[in-house]
Amino acid sequence: MAGNSTRRILGPFNRVEGDLEVQVEIDEGRIESAWVNSPLYRGFEQILVGKDPRDALVITPRICGICSVSQSVAAARALADAQGIEQTPNGLLATNLILACENVADHLSHFYLFFMPDFARSDYAEHAWHRDAAERFVAQKGSASRDMLPARSEWMHITGLLAGKWPHSLALQPGGTTRAIEPREKLRLQSIVAGFRRFLETTLFADKLENVAAIATEDELMAWAGQHAGGDFAHFVRIAASAGLAKLGRATDHFMSYGAYATGHPNETHRFESGIWFDGRRESFEQRAITEDISHAWMHAQRTPKHPFDGSTLPDADIADAYSWCKAPRYNGRVFEVGAVARQLIDGHPLIAELVTNGGGNVFSRVVARLLELARVVPMMEGWIKAIAIGETFCNQGKLPKDGEGVGLVEAARGSLGHWLQIKHGRILNYQIVAPTTWNFSPRDQDDVPGALEQALIGTEVGDNGKQTVSIQHIVRSFDPCMVCTVH
Amino acid sequence: MTTALRTLWLQSGSCGGCSMSLLNAESPDLYATLEYAGIELLWHPSLSEASNGEFIDLLNRIMSGEQALDILCLEGSVMRGPNDTGRFHMLAGTGRPMMQWIADLSRKARYTIAIGSCAAFGGVTMAGGNPTEACGLQYEGNQPGGLLGEDWHSPEGLRVINVAGCPVHPGWVTDTLAQVAMGDMDETQLDEWNRPRSYTNHLVHHGCTRNEFYEFKASAEAPSDQGCMMEHMGCLGTQAHADCNRRPWNGEGSCIRGGYACINCTAPVFEEPGHPFTETPKIAGIPIGLPTDMPKAWFVALASLSKAATPKRLRENAVADHIVVPPGSDKKRGER
Repeated sequence: MAGNSTRRILGPFNRVEGDLEVQVEIDEGRIESAWVNSPLYRGFEQILVGKDPRDALVITPRICGICSVSQSVAAARALADAQGIEQTPNGLLATNLILACENVADHLSHFYLFFMPDFARSDYAEHAWHRDAAERFVAQKGSASRDMLPARSEWMHITGLLAGKWPHSLALQPGGTTRAIEPREKLRLQSIVAGFRRFLETTLFADKLENVAAIATEDELMAWAGQHAGGDFAHFVRIAASAGLAKLGRATDHFMSYGAYATGHPNETHRFESGIWFDGRRESFEQRAITEDISHAWMHAQRTPKHPFDGSTLPDADIADAYSWCKAPRYNGRVFEVGAVARQLIDGHPLIAELVTNGGGNVFSRVVARLLELARVVPMMEGWIKAIAIGETFCNQGKLPKDGEGVGLVEAARGSLGHWLQIKHGRILNYQIVAPTTWNFSPRDQDDVPGALEQALIGTEVGDNGKQTVSIQHIVRSFDPCMVCTVH
Repeated sequence: MTTALRTLWLQSGSCGGCSMSLLNAESPDLYATLEYAGIELLWHPSLSEASNGEFIDLLNRIMSGEQALDILCLEGSVMRGPNDTGRFHMLAGTGRPMMQWIADLSRKARYTIAIGSCAAFGGVTMAGGNPTEACGLQYEGNQPGGLLGEDWHSPEGLRVINVAGCPVHPGWVTDTLAQVAMGDMDETQLDEWNRPRSYTNHLVHHGCTRNEFYEFKASAEAPSDQGCMMEHMGCLGTQAHADCNRRPWNGEGSCIRGGYACINCTAPVFEEPGHPFTETPKIAGIPIGLPTDMPKAWFVALASLSKAATPKRLRENAVADHIVVPPGSDKKRGER
């Protein structure tokens, strides 16, 4: 620790889902060390114990209002795993559509409502681009919100049709979904996606989705942004170059994805492949390698890191050395980053692979990966709607075992979400949840290794006494954190 | 033109889902709706620029009286644990339990509104053994009290307005805010749980698209079946106070239209029904918890009568996930 360092406590951060406090140690205007605190605990894992396992489908979506469907899918998959059943082909397509609808809406909300408004801040008043950025993106009053909010609301009609409502649907079941659609509703779904495609191709990208998805290198991205300057993505690329976002917020550069959008095929199980990225190499993913460490969490009754099936959640606000309600998940004992950049890197998208090679996971590459996903996922959805076989069943029925266990893994918008369920005498014996932001905003572990955001903040320039916090805000929000899921 | 009502929106033991649902407001969008209704958001956790110290300054200005506050909205339950310390939710950057901030700010606001069943009654956070000692602003489950106490009244003489629901429909929130802004909110506009009558004077049953199946007691037996979900699937639509099937969600949706049971999420203690959510508890084969204001014997008599009269079309469609027998036509009957 340097001699003249000062500590600052920052919080509450808004335009993140839930509650967040960050403590930083600053020396000569740079962050030396950071501690990330999730200051709200809600106790869902305790609430679930003793309940009928099917009740998890009602309770776990309510962990989170922004990743509600992702929580539903994880719970449904854990139950399906315990029952040994699979979804019907229509149920699988409908699940993908409902999940993709949420993930796309989350990426859109993140970009327009959570991330971009920071460029309207007076911190950037000296920059030539500030006036345009403020006119377009300033919180609540910017012109972008007038374009984006109606497009988002109409987009969510997909969940109205396929899942009853969003958030907190009960349509996602172990064997499929509860809502079969009629021919006219299939047409309606196609129209909704077409309307949204037009919004993306007019307002966000000013280009065809297929052209955006085909951008393969950083040079191509820069050239493309010059040619499609009227879109909000190009607007972001220009600001990012000026504000140096590619040099901000690099963390571990180890990435993980559980694989997104199930195919039902044994060989290629997901449309975005699962795997880990460790020391610059792709390896296969194995859920048994996951542990949670509670050495710096306000939790007790666990001495060493445990796999979620062996884990417990027992809060204790008086634990010494603890500074967060968040546990520290690790893969093979290491810190991993999750999210769109991880998904696209592991799936082998050339643009993200190059951005990560050049500068790692950083504020710029994280935002680019999210917008790239919009361009890749919406055309996939068009295919899924077409593939729905009207008249075929949407839901398989299974029977819950008296005793058993199941794992439910899913990619939420902001990364890998897992549910681990154990059933005894027909009741939930243990239910452990590891959320995406639990990975990204993890506290230190037993070896004092900081979590991904804690590492990403180190070296950030924050001015004398840490008065310039805008870089910290960009770094924090670049992960699209969901604190309510983190601590559940 | 009158001044817009200055509104502060806070979250505590919350999933954020009521705010996310609010963003689904349409025709017009949320910002246009609020502007038209005369609501100015001083700060909202998902929507405002101000962060960190800027936000804490705002809270301090409200507490000192320098900044007027008309409406306080709380989303999420009040976290009192562990052992009444409130440490399960400290407001970041202040070192102070959120429950203290909420209690202080509610004294400054002319109106306090609970957004969602968590803020109103405690909600899903109170389920199980209520491990965080969660409660609502003026209720703990169905017991009056909560954080502020049964006798608490806002400076305008109203108790907490409970826009209950898990989550809330965006229209329930914008209608309530508009009603307050128009000066049209008083005790007569609120029901026995202090919920706005604008949406609780209806039952979820009203406008239910499965009404014909209900009439003939043609019942769903498994998830995705089209029949009435009251007999087997745990549906509480005939008891739940809300207009979900008259004022659909996300375009054309509602829980029942989505193929799953109404769990009565606008009511206190909905989170602990005493049975699995998607299973109807029965005594001697008869569901307990029949429609609220109907004599039980009559219901049973009518149900057995209508069951006997169920047309084949409804009996078969009730246990399929799409229409297998479409309605026929009298005039064409000879030809079919």
